[in-house]
Amino acid sequence: MSTLEIRDLQVSIETDQGTKPILKGVDLTIESGGIHAIMGPNGSGKSTLAYTIAGHPRYNVDGGTITLDGEDVLAMSVDERARAGLFLAMQYPVEIPGVTVANFLRTAKTAIDGEAPAIRGWAKTVNEHMDQLRMDKSFSARNVNEGFSGGEKKRHEILQLELLKPRFAVLDETDSGLDVDALKIVSEGVNRAHETSDLGVLLITHYTRILRYIQPTHVHVFVNGRVAEEGGRELADRLEDEGYDRYLTAQA
Amino acid sequence: MTLVDTAPSTPGSAAPIQTRSERPTSFDPADFGTPSGREVNWKLSDTARLAPLFADEETSGAVEYDLSALEAAGVLVTGDDAARGEIFRPEDLPSAIAWKRSETGLHVRIPAGEVLSEPLIARLRGLGAGLHGNDHIVIEALPDSVATVVLDHSGTAALAQNVEIIVRDRATLTVITVQQWEDDAVHAAAHQAVVGERATLKHIVVSFGGGVVRVNPSVRLAGQGSETALYGLAFSDAGQHLESQVYLFHEGQDTKGDVLYKGALQGQGARTVWIGDVLIGPDATGTDSYEKNQNLVLTDGTRADSIPNLEIETGDIAGAGHASATGRFDDEQLFYLQARGITEETARRLVVAGFLMEIVQRIGIPELEERLAADIEAELARGAGLAPASKAGA
Ligand SMILES: Nc1ncnc2c1ncn2[C@@H]1O[C@H](COP(=O)(O)OP(=O)(O)OP(=O)(O)O)[C@@H](O)[C@H]1O
Ligand SMILES: [Mg+2]
Repeated sequence: MSTLEIRDLQVSIETDQGTKPILKGVDLTIESGGIHAIMGPNGSGKSTLAYTIAGHPRYNVDGGTITLDGEDVLAMSVDERARAGLFLAMQYPVEIPGVTVANFLRTAKTAIDGEAPAIRGWAKTVNEHMDQLRMDKSFSARNVNEGFSGGEKKRHEILQLELLKPRFAVLDETDSGLDVDALKIVSEGVNRAHETSDLGVLLITHYTRILRYIQPTHVHVFVNGRVAEEGGRELADRLEDEGYDRYLTAQA
Repeated sequence: MTLVDTAPSTPGSAAPIQTRSERPTSFDPADFGTPSGREVNWKLSDTARLAPLFADEETSGAVEYDLSALEAAGVLVTGDDAARGEIFRPEDLPSAIAWKRSETGLHVRIPAGEVLSEPLIARLRGLGAGLHGNDHIVIEALPDSVATVVLDHSGTAALAQNVEIIVRDRATLTVITVQQWEDDAVHAAAHQAVVGERATLKHIVVSFGGGVVRVNPSVRLAGQGSETALYGLAFSDAGQHLESQVYLFHEGQDTKGDVLYKGALQGQGARTVWIGDVLIGPDATGTDSYEKNQNLVLTDGTRADSIPNLEIETGDIAGAGHASATGRFDDEQLFYLQARGITEETARRLVVAGFLMEIVQRIGIPELEERLAADIEAELARGAGLAPASKAGA
């Protein structure tokens, strides 16, 4: 049982116009096995939260804490965080020319586990997971995310989630740009990871449709850099009907 | 990779390409003055270290040739049959000296219709840092043949080299020159090629080792429907000067050119120079041409000059473009890899190796690809202790 705890997190970025505060005191606690949906208007800071948890250098943490079972996550480098069990499925996965998927996956697995996976078994494991995600085997020989369609990039993110077996995963709009079948396939991947390793999930989304496949235990409404309301599944349905007007007027 | 775009790093840019195509040629070294470093084709070169190649003197024994693979394949021709100068015209002093003083008269001829799947590897080993060598090599692919010829350089010497490449109609020829010299080698090579009707030349320059290496390929797409891919890969360490002046002339109709040169630089004084001139001639309707040079700066204290030129003399082309980018690491790529648990150092190595592997992946000879991949790893290991390029220095 693990706990990822975010307390009063304040984050800003440097822009041409000067320092811009984005997160203004975020509180969030996720336990192993918990599935937390985060919904909120464009620009409210959801990706900022995701990147800050992963440690992207662009974001300055001005206050607050992130801890993983009491360990100070903010003191860790990006790769240390990943090795500690944090995973970010990115909204826009990055292309890496000349580095094949096979090489990348093996290198990442070796880094996370601290030892190289057994050659035979590993190839088989990768193939099985690619099958389940309906990814053609030819992807192994292709360069990371290069020329992948939007949906293929998202499947590739979930493939990594399943292979690297983190303790907590932040999924930043993994459902965006997926067709109906792909949405189901990707959701099944997340659910497998959840079941097999008691994964804790932070699921950032704009749509309730994915919540039909991935059942959230908590729903958080994210507005203007903080959590404006929390509830269960029903909150998501209400947001779908009413939108964010209520929060935006309250704030004004 | 998303590299930071920068303006060509040399003020005044290069001379117009027309001047390039009208550049004086001569077989007599006396017609060329000793380069001072101010001439258009020398101004980014290390003329001081290239000076041994400016001496018009009798030479022998600087380079040992292992031609066993070519002999076994029966592709060497000798005697009166081994004509040279059909298309080659020396454009600078070392080239004229290499013509005059050529030692081997090596002539490779792929018979008509012959399809050779095994690469023909000629091994050239320099036998001493002070030794001056000169050579003129002819590589000729007769109609409908398919072959790959590799010039593999190691050891050390001061070598002036001409490579005359003739791709007859419908032939497919790959020429790869690998410079894996020791640190004190000096090498100036002039490659000149003509490509016939519906023929294809793939030309790849790989420079890892050597003090000063200047390999200048010049390709004329003469035949209708001819194609060329001109690729280059340079990994410049402290004190190395690796240079390529590429000239691609679209002369015939419906020709296709793809130029891609990549460089990585690490360590104090590491230098690369790339000048890419593409000329689309007045009769070259239907031309499709693209050239690009990308350089990745791994540490401070390096310099990459990159000058693309494109000149179009006909209105009716299929497409033409050029690009040049020199920059440091892409932070987003490093972040992505590190977010998967990969340490920063390993992530850097993966990104650089990947950047360069894009060229290696186009070679198409597994054994050579593997060796070059290992060479890239070795180069990266050499740079392991160096501080990464600072952001401001990009
Ligand atoms: N480089 C930047 N320069 C200026 N503003 C930025 C930059 N990066 C982020 N922002 C701003 O920070 C705010 C939060 O952005 P963020 O990407 O976290 O929003 P989001 O909630 O993920 O939005 P979406 O639902 O559209 O993905 C936005 O107002 C955005 O414009
Ligand atoms: Mg976002």
